[in-house]
Amino acid sequence: MNISSLFSSGSERARSDGPHHQIVISSRVRLARNLSGHPFPGWAKKNDRLQILELIKPPVEALPEMEGAFSSYLQELSALEKQVLVERHLISREHAAKSAGSAVVIDKPQSLSIMINEEDHLRMQVLRPGLQLRNAFQALDKVDSTLETKLDYAFHPQLGYLTACPTNVGTGMRASAMIHLPGLVLSEQINQVIQAINKIGLAVRGLYGEGTEAMGNLFQVSNQITLGEPEEEIISQLNKVIERIIENEENARLILLQKKPGTLLDNIGRAFGILSHAYAMPSKEALNLLSFLKLGVDIGFFPTERQDDIDDLIMVTQPAHLQSNASQQKLSPEERDTLRAEIIREKLKAFPNPNTSKVVIPRPPTEDTHHE
Amino acid sequence: MLCDVCKTNQATVFLTQIVDGKMQKVNLCEACSKEKGVTDPLSFALVDLLPGLGAEADVEKGADVQHCPACGFTQADFKKTGRLGCPVCYDTFAEGLGGLLKAMHRRTAHTGKIPARLKRNIEMGVRRTQLQRDLDKAVSEENYENAALLRDQLRELEQAK
Repeated sequence: MNISSLFSSGSERARSDGPHHQIVISSRVRLARNLSGHPFPGWAKKNDRLQILELIKPPVEALPEMEGAFSSYLQELSALEKQVLVERHLISREHAAKSAGSAVVIDKPQSLSIMINEEDHLRMQVLRPGLQLRNAFQALDKVDSTLETKLDYAFHPQLGYLTACPTNVGTGMRASAMIHLPGLVLSEQINQVIQAINKIGLAVRGLYGEGTEAMGNLFQVSNQITLGEPEEEIISQLNKVIERIIENEENARLILLQKKPGTLLDNIGRAFGILSHAYAMPSKEALNLLSFLKLGVDIGFFPTERQDDIDDLIMVTQPAHLQSNASQQKLSPEERDTLRAEIIREKLKAFPNPNTSKVVIPRPPTEDTHHE
Repeated sequence: MLCDVCKTNQATVFLTQIVDGKMQKVNLCEACSKEKGVTDPLSFALVDLLPGLGAEADVEKGADVQHCPACGFTQADFKKTGRLGCPVCYDTFAEGLGGLLKAMHRRTAHTGKIPARLKRNIEMGVRRTQLQRDLDKAVSEENYENAALLRDQLRELEQAK
């Protein structure tokens, strides 16, 4: 597969059909592996890296999962192409900065991506829409088991899989989910939830802008520890915690709808108004407003079938996606904001006006759903 | 305040993460924050980047001048980058890394997946260590009947190899 067909096909991740997709945007599991007897990529000389690359690339391309895959050396990709891959979360930004001596192989559905000579010799990840950590882990584990028959992994009897950074040693696994929590943010319960999660050795991260609210109300929950716990246990603990967060978020939304329906609808309605009529839309603002629109779909303020439009907008309004669809060379930031606003306005024309009669205001919640 | 990554530019992006009730602050300059992708809330960059920052600060023991026999890496290099040079470095700098691994992961022994081709050997090694420990204990307790039994089991294990 070549890069243009990769770009023109939607990624599996962007489809909003995963379990719990209203709250969990995506699940991702990644494994770090290295070959024994070779320096890690950051310390290896160029010749070592080239040699390692040629050891790893053929068995990766030969994986049954990689039939019809996109495979490329990093030096063959333009800066813009790399950037689009970054925005699709198929390669890391660090990997995008690499050139000769590194490669990337991505399967056809854009769910499995394997980076060669990133920080470790192998960084493999599976991305799935919604909450599918188990499923993603099993798929990746299978790939890993196939590769270990062809490659001599660096494995230590006591420390497990050896990685360039000691924070990954052991399982080499980092599992994470991207979750959308506008209810917990609006009801100011988010800090409590974050603290509770932190107490059990998991990490929650949000990207905070000027204020105290995370950008786009998006948070990542992931395992922190990679040594001393089996993979399945890590996944199942993470899964349990995320299910709990989903419950909390659902409750928070119900209570908001019940107690402050006016404020909630006002936030969503204003977001729709601004997005439908703005002529310059910076990316941060777009993300924050699209988060409200997404919530609007979830509560029935907009028809469910508009969900895909919102997910598409989140993807195509990122800088490199805008540039790759633009007719003109090198957009300035101002030109990007104009183009972003235009794309959003166009897409939102298909949206009906928000319809309050479709919003189900729940009956008063019973006492036990009040305080989780 | 200098950037935690490049350690040359002024930091302008400040990230805070709370893990295990401990607050960790990460300071980045404009260029590094862009390069690491931390300003993109939809990317998983934070998950990969943050655990690795500041790792090098916790190394105490071990001489900075010691070289890894396999790759020539030194502990000073680790302090600079927070990354090791090659798989053998884990043994070379075992002393300095021990405390750091414990602080990071709270445990020090892998209990997860083992590559199939190593599985038999590793499991046998674990069993051998256990038997040897039991045997030493039996001998020190003058429990010779039990010791003879354990010795036979150890012999069997050696032959199975």
